[in-house]
Amino acid sequence: MDARLDLAGLTGARDPIAHGDVLLDVRNVSLSFGGVKAIADISFDVRKGEIRAIIGPNGAGKTSMLNVINGFYTAQHGSIVFRGRERRAMKAHEAVGQGIARTFQNVALFKGMSTLDNIMAGRSVMMRRGLFWQMLRHGPALAEEIEHREKVEEIIDFLEIEHIRHTPVGKLPYGLQKRVELGRSLAMEPVLLLLDEPMAGMNLEEKEDMSRFIVEVNRQRGTTIALIEHDMGVVMDLSDRIVVLDYGKKIADGPPEAVKTNKDLIDAYLGVAH
Amino acid sequence: MDLAYQILVKPFSDMVSAPDFLMQVLWDGLVSGVLYALIALGFVLIFKSSRIFNFAQGIMVVFAALTLVGFYQAGVPAWLAVLLTLAVMFVLAVAIERVVLRPLVNQPDIILFMATIGITYFLVGFGEFVFGGENKVMITEQLHIPTGTFEFKPFGGFVSISQTDLTAVIGAGILVTVLLVFLSRTKIGRAIRALGDDHQAALSVGISLSMIWVIVWFIAGIIALATGIVWGARAGVSFALEVIAYKALPVLMLGGLESVLGAIVGGLAIGIFEKLFEIYWGQPLLGGNTETWFAFVFALIVLLFRPQGMFGEKIIERV
Repeated sequence: MDARLDLAGLTGARDPIAHGDVLLDVRNVSLSFGGVKAIADISFDVRKGEIRAIIGPNGAGKTSMLNVINGFYTAQHGSIVFRGRERRAMKAHEAVGQGIARTFQNVALFKGMSTLDNIMAGRSVMMRRGLFWQMLRHGPALAEEIEHREKVEEIIDFLEIEHIRHTPVGKLPYGLQKRVELGRSLAMEPVLLLLDEPMAGMNLEEKEDMSRFIVEVNRQRGTTIALIEHDMGVVMDLSDRIVVLDYGKKIADGPPEAVKTNKDLIDAYLGVAH
Repeated sequence: MDLAYQILVKPFSDMVSAPDFLMQVLWDGLVSGVLYALIALGFVLIFKSSRIFNFAQGIMVVFAALTLVGFYQAGVPAWLAVLLTLAVMFVLAVAIERVVLRPLVNQPDIILFMATIGITYFLVGFGEFVFGGENKVMITEQLHIPTGTFEFKPFGGFVSISQTDLTAVIGAGILVTVLLVFLSRTKIGRAIRALGDDHQAALSVGISLSMIWVIVWFIAGIIALATGIVWGARAGVSFALEVIAYKALPVLMLGGLESVLGAIVGGLAIGIFEKLFEIYWGQPLLGGNTETWFAFVFALIVLLFRPQGMFGEKIIERV
């Protein structure tokens, strides 16, 4: 339990934006691939400290939205304001430097590397010591490596994956891979964490574990979370606010209670003649 | 019966009866092996980080060697010519990333492979345009690479080691060691390995694709220059050098396209085995010149038993 309390101090402090203020503002973003419009003029915001869910049927543009936010895709129209800075597009590696981390729908891990190395990879962006010292593995670089290793061990404890520390992640079952991927994104100490279907393909027990981790990361580390999820039970329980997309358009936005009864949402999920 | 004796007994009795000659053969094989390993390393680095089979690796060797000699002939001192050639290889890496790789991101592997064939033809044409097509002599002495020979008399026999070869082996050893440490310990080295594993994952931890690609192609350029100097010192600098790149193919089959260690061990093994085979079996039994095909046959036989190569990673996939 002590290890978890330590986690609380890791993030948040470097950000001047107060709890509850707008951290990420998506403004009139449109994205199309050739003639196919994946996102049509969508605006929504994510406030600091909240858990924000993005839901909608398959093909609604949810993952495309995350890809625009973290710089994998460049939107043709609109802009993204993150931590007060407006930009048309982000480069993926700059998004990381700005404090955006993410996980993927289909799990993107370094399959040949161990759990530990995968999570360490999340720290690599913070390693500052020169090439020369890194190669000698001596002096300041060694101290830096040890410091990062400690942070990584804290994350491993927190996610209860000590037993698979040295296992190549390609050999792990899917549920654990998702957990390692979460670990790697936490290692980046993000201000905004994007989770793309963190519970897809999991059994009930694994879903409960994952929900618990997400809530704890949010409460204890103060990390703002935007997640895509299909399990409505989980979404309604976890999130503070929900944005609903369908066919690239926003059809609802608000707290779970309001969204739950929204007629468009019900239509989108149950299907009606368009 | 006589044939069986010729194949199974005589070569080995020859090896034992003239150990000094065997040492000479092994050394010569080792030197070729080091060069094969260097070229294969160039391939492996680029493949690991970008899944591109770089057809242009061979011509990069020629291009680097030509540039070096070209600068020297233009009156630049030898040491400065080396630095300038490195700068040219860097510019080449940046240009390839910008003009060829970046617009083709996310295209199928075969398209990128075709693009490297395009790079090859460009470099052949550009190289001939700038430096001319005639053969050139590597500036071995000007680079202070010793050209004498060491002579030993082990077992009452005689072994001669060319100092150029010795320098090549030591130089390549240092280059490879630095490279291995760089790959395993530095942030950039880890990023290179990570990129080969999963592009999306690498991007999401803040690795810049374009930066890593430039670095990797530049390292391949450095390796090409080293290979060009060594091979050029032995055989002169001409476009025919390009074909040594094909010698790296069996090395890659043996070592696996992803394994740095495989490239090194595979290169050395092929260098040594092909020389042994040529001297003890090829020349007496097959009329010689077996070095042109031995490596390929050897690699094929190994592949029959280990389809992923000697060091290739067995891909484990859960579905």
